[in-house]
Amino acid sequence: MTTSAQTKPQQMQPKPGEPAVATPDVADALSRPARSLWRDAWSRLLHNKAAVAGAIVILFFMFVAIFAPVLAPHNPLELNSGKGFLPPMWVERSSTGKAGVPEFILGTDNLGRDVLSRVIYGARVSMVVGFIPTIIIVFIGVSMGLVAGYWGGATDNLLMRLTDIVYAFPDLLFFIIVMTALRATALGQFLNGLFLLFVALALVNWVGVARLVRGQVLTLKERDFVLASRAVGASHFRIMVRHILPNSLSVIIVAMAFLIPGAIITEAILGYLGLGLRPSTDPTDIFSPVGGRCCSKARPPSTTSRGFCWRRLSRWRWSSSRSISSATACATRLIRACANKAAN
Amino acid sequence: MTTYLIRRIFWMVPVLLMVALITFTMMHQAPGGPWDRDPSRRQVDSSTQEALNKKFGLDKPLFINLEGGNPLDSQFFTYVGNAIQGDLGPSYRQRGRMVQDVLFEPPKGKAIWDSRFGYSMRLGLLALVMAALLGIPLGILAALKRNTFFDYSALFMSTIGISVPSFVLAIFLIILLAGRLNILKIIQRDWSNPAAWMVPAVVLGFGTFAYITRLTRNSMLEVMGQDYVRTARAKGLGGRVIITRHMLRNALIPVMTIMGPALAGLITGSFIIETMFGFPGSGREYVTAIGNRDYSMIMGTTLIYALLIVLANLTVDIMYGFLDPRIKVK
Repeated sequence: MTTSAQTKPQQMQPKPGEPAVATPDVADALSRPARSLWRDAWSRLLHNKAAVAGAIVILFFMFVAIFAPVLAPHNPLELNSGKGFLPPMWVERSSTGKAGVPEFILGTDNLGRDVLSRVIYGARVSMVVGFIPTIIIVFIGVSMGLVAGYWGGATDNLLMRLTDIVYAFPDLLFFIIVMTALRATALGQFLNGLFLLFVALALVNWVGVARLVRGQVLTLKERDFVLASRAVGASHFRIMVRHILPNSLSVIIVAMAFLIPGAIITEAILGYLGLGLRPSTDPTDIFSPVGGRCCSKARPPSTTSRGFCWRRLSRWRWSSSRSISSATACATRLIRACANKAAN
Repeated sequence: MTTYLIRRIFWMVPVLLMVALITFTMMHQAPGGPWDRDPSRRQVDSSTQEALNKKFGLDKPLFINLEGGNPLDSQFFTYVGNAIQGDLGPSYRQRGRMVQDVLFEPPKGKAIWDSRFGYSMRLGLLALVMAALLGIPLGILAALKRNTFFDYSALFMSTIGISVPSFVLAIFLIILLAGRLNILKIIQRDWSNPAAWMVPAVVLGFGTFAYITRLTRNSMLEVMGQDYVRTARAKGLGGRVIITRHMLRNALIPVMTIMGPALAGLITGSFIIETMFGFPGSGREYVTAIGNRDYSMIMGTTLIYALLIVLANLTVDIMYGFLDPRIKVK
């Protein structure tokens, strides 16, 4: 409640059922600043402790990602020869027989690169991989879903058939084969392969969103408010965008909150298989990919398929950029849970 | 119902064909071929390569044969034709073995479930059973004790379960159980010991467990507010009867129906876990095959997995009809 609203006498507001036909100046005098639905939603969100906690975690990681050059103690790509495999600074003797040094807080990887800095820079990849594909997916999915649900007919048929195919495809297998096949092409090299990952994620996921939105549209378009706006002469486009879309937002938000962590984790898994972003050696690169690669050969499986070995384990142990992935995923889940609650 | 079923089953054919087409196209975009060797080793010379290509039909055009009389005499259609007859082609890397043998043939003297696919299937089943046996009771209790400490802990656990990538959990458990506590071998060779299966199954099923918990809790909460529950209470039925007869029967419908896709997801998604634990399943074959450009192996695994998923999705729709008579299949 704003203060202006509290000072206004309540009894002067028009009773429900009575037509609000006050003259413009009276209406102006009576009204408090309009509180939009967004504002309402916002204040409800702020009252939800879990949502606020989730938001803080996400903001923290965004902060880390944006200010990575300031926060990181070293360049994540800088090689410190002779200082590889250092344990974190609090470990006195690691399995490699080395002691941690304060210079490298979380130790170093196999090539002597500072792990903490790599984790900090890794937040950039996770953030970008989580949010950008989701925006693309939601944009394509929502427009296709709206059109298919509203118009039906051929578009709808096409969408449903596409869904069947995409649902039948084991999605990780699809990501793996796309990343392998197009890795060497210009598309695969653009932005260190980040762009290809976006494309692959979008190809698989837009259909799910479209189907979800389509389902919503199918029920919403029979509602009275759609009929009413058609009666006053609203165009189809206006009905879709101004009336149906806002009413299906809750479903879209929930879907988004599933997509973001999904994308982050997919990137992490591909990274583990050596199929994620291309390893960067250029120190000026803003997305220096971190972590998952456990082998540098062009043919990862020949090394990964041979079970598990300690060397790789120790290399992996500290490449904890993935803990960032999971923390972000966790936070987005929390927000989703609350968005869900708010939507209901 | 019958016509619907028949239509659905027939529709599986074009879907699988499209999956095959996409995989085939993608796979041939990847640079290199099945005869490439590690750059540091001696290469296969070109005449041998030609002979090999000819032998395996890799010299044919990819999709449409424009030269010969038969336009369908191409790599893709030959493969599809053979696959329909149950012949998934020879593996290019594992000489002398057919893809279906690599996946489904058990070692000599063993039963079918000791084949690679059998291993993946059993691991997936074990993971699903554990996830369901833990997840369903936890979800029910969380819903019954809503907004208590128990509920929040269950929710917290399921959030963790959905958020933590399986391989992070796997590494954590390997370090803890094998590295520190020494109760597990880091490289497991002998998989006949059921205890060795536990850790991979736990890791694989953790995400599903979290999902099942959440789903059960949500659908329980939804059912608890229904009129028929109030009616049952008004009739004077005891709490236990209401919970088991009235609530659970309805609340478990969505949980039951996701079991099929969950199993399919666990089997097809297990290759990371298989790779990490050195588990001799079929998922690992896929990862190896991609690296080796073992074309027939890639196609075979993808198609088998796609078939599994399509069947799982079909069972969902059928099961809904049986479990919940209110839903009519159109």
